[in-house]
Amino acid sequence: MRRILEGASPRARVLLAALGALLLAAPFLVDSYVLSVLIIVLFFAYVGQAWNLMLGFAGQLSLGHALFVGIGAYASAALFVHFHLPPWAGVFAAVALAVLAGSVIGYLGFRFSIRGAYFALLTIAFAEFTGIAVAHVDWLGGSGGLFLPVSNRAHDDLANLRGSPTMFYYVILTLTAGALALCSWLLNSRLGLYWKAIREDQEAAEALGVPLFRCKMIAVAISSGLSGIGGVWYAFYYNNLFPETTFGTSHSIELILATVVGGVGTLFGPILGAFVLTPLGEVMTALTEGIGIDGVKPFFWGLAVAAIVLFRPSGLWPWLYRLLALGNGTRGGPR
Amino acid sequence: MPLDFYLNAATGGLLTGLVYGLSALGLSVIFGVIRIVNFAHGEIMVLGMFATLLIFRHLGIDPLASLPIVAAGLFGFGFLLQDMVVRRVAHLADHMQFLLMAAIAVVLISLCLMLFGPDAQGLQVDYAYESFAIGPLLVDKVRVYAGLAALTVAGLLFAFFRYAPTGKAIRACGDNPVGAQVVGLNLRRLYALTFGIGTACLGAAGAIMLLLVDVHPYLGPSYTLLAFIIVIIGGMGSLPGALLGGILIGVSEAVAGLILQPSLKSAFSFGLLILVLLLRPQGLLGKAVR
Repeated sequence: MRRILEGASPRARVLLAALGALLLAAPFLVDSYVLSVLIIVLFFAYVGQAWNLMLGFAGQLSLGHALFVGIGAYASAALFVHFHLPPWAGVFAAVALAVLAGSVIGYLGFRFSIRGAYFALLTIAFAEFTGIAVAHVDWLGGSGGLFLPVSNRAHDDLANLRGSPTMFYYVILTLTAGALALCSWLLNSRLGLYWKAIREDQEAAEALGVPLFRCKMIAVAISSGLSGIGGVWYAFYYNNLFPETTFGTSHSIELILATVVGGVGTLFGPILGAFVLTPLGEVMTALTEGIGIDGVKPFFWGLAVAAIVLFRPSGLWPWLYRLLALGNGTRGGPR
Repeated sequence: MPLDFYLNAATGGLLTGLVYGLSALGLSVIFGVIRIVNFAHGEIMVLGMFATLLIFRHLGIDPLASLPIVAAGLFGFGFLLQDMVVRRVAHLADHMQFLLMAAIAVVLISLCLMLFGPDAQGLQVDYAYESFAIGPLLVDKVRVYAGLAALTVAGLLFAFFRYAPTGKAIRACGDNPVGAQVVGLNLRRLYALTFGIGTACLGAAGAIMLLLVDVHPYLGPSYTLLAFIIVIIGGMGSLPGALLGGILIGVSEAVAGLILQPSLKSAFSFGLLILVLLLRPQGLLGKAVR
């Protein structure tokens, strides 16, 4: 917590405390619809934070993060469905498999020095490949999908992740806060400084003795592991998994959108981006519902995203940070 | 299964692959010169397919005859897109360019959805069920025409880049943008032209493709991925490579669809992509850049 606040003005501290208090109290303040929107916001903020670790901190662009979320989701869900293994145990398998997949991709990519757009394509290829493979494995539900037994929403069972939206809300809130704390700690650690050096100039970092391969592998491992945990939550919240929608490239794009819009490489960018984009989508759904033509909502939504890229190319958070004067002048730049 | 069966499938795949290759050329030209990865590739092609469908329905013109009209229309679209929008993100990081193109893709999909609805639509030409018998082979007439049309357009494109002054100027911009500016080339105009040429290829490929498949708005993303696979396999920025990659993917998908389950055929392409990325990242015909 101290590290998150380093370099922040008193105003920023007050705002952050207010935001935290509001989020903690939200289930008692808002109706079930707003709560369901908040749940999705926090999910995207959490996964966005995990993805940000790889691109924003270590400079490795992954466009296949749906793979890690999907592996986590499918692993925990299949173990629950077939062996009644509760998710608190399944999450270990989920993380192990997600980290394994991340390590394989990272190892191949970094050893064969595949960079930039090519590395991104490698991640896409692995995600799509896995999606098609899963569609052909009957144990995982095949192309028809994997379904979890629908829960009794009146009774909260935290150990089995079966229960009300309020319970899911607090779980994802905890995860998001935990990811924020972890990332802020990592960012200021020696490893985080190595990552930033690699991000800014890989050759220079290598010349100064930064262990490139190891640092990049750790970034991929942490990022994929966190995404795998997100996948467990995703499986048990939605109760159904389809290979194409879970592993598809459009899902990967959906997962990274909040971070890019909020500001890549910043701690609060993923959170701000999620808080802007998800409600924006909801408002557009509400506005375009009356028109009754398919495609009106994504049309304006796409235009909005394009406008953000064109007019706020470094993301919304750095801009808001300066607008609200959240820094205290001692440490440069928004965090 | 008898050998004829495989040969027939392979020939069909080869002809379809030529159309894939033409579409991939559009991606390769844009990447090779402007260094922008066009993630709205498939969606622009789908736009061309719908344009061809409209012309067929309202004017009764055969897709192959309306090909120049569609290509010209999409040339204008690409020219304006580069000059008014894409140009502004040229200095941004990869992921921002990617996001902009993905957003444009979403806008295009929804535009098609609003105008044409979500259903698959196709057209029927008079020669749809006729075929040529060449020895033991029986090849659909539409596929032969499609392959020949794709080959013609690709040939025109090669000739343009090899002999036309503008084509040479564009290649100069791709090889060395700073040098090109030093000798007085108008980079902004040439980049817009390049993007236009790339999307014109897509228009042509879309018009031809409509002979072979039905079109629906959600077709775009799969064509984008397919074109990426082809271009990576052939070599980013290499024009013959794109055509070769198209043929390879066309044939291997057709044959893999016979040997394995048809639903596994794209897994095969992705597997091939991973192998090429690892073992020969510059592609089969690309120049190694390190």
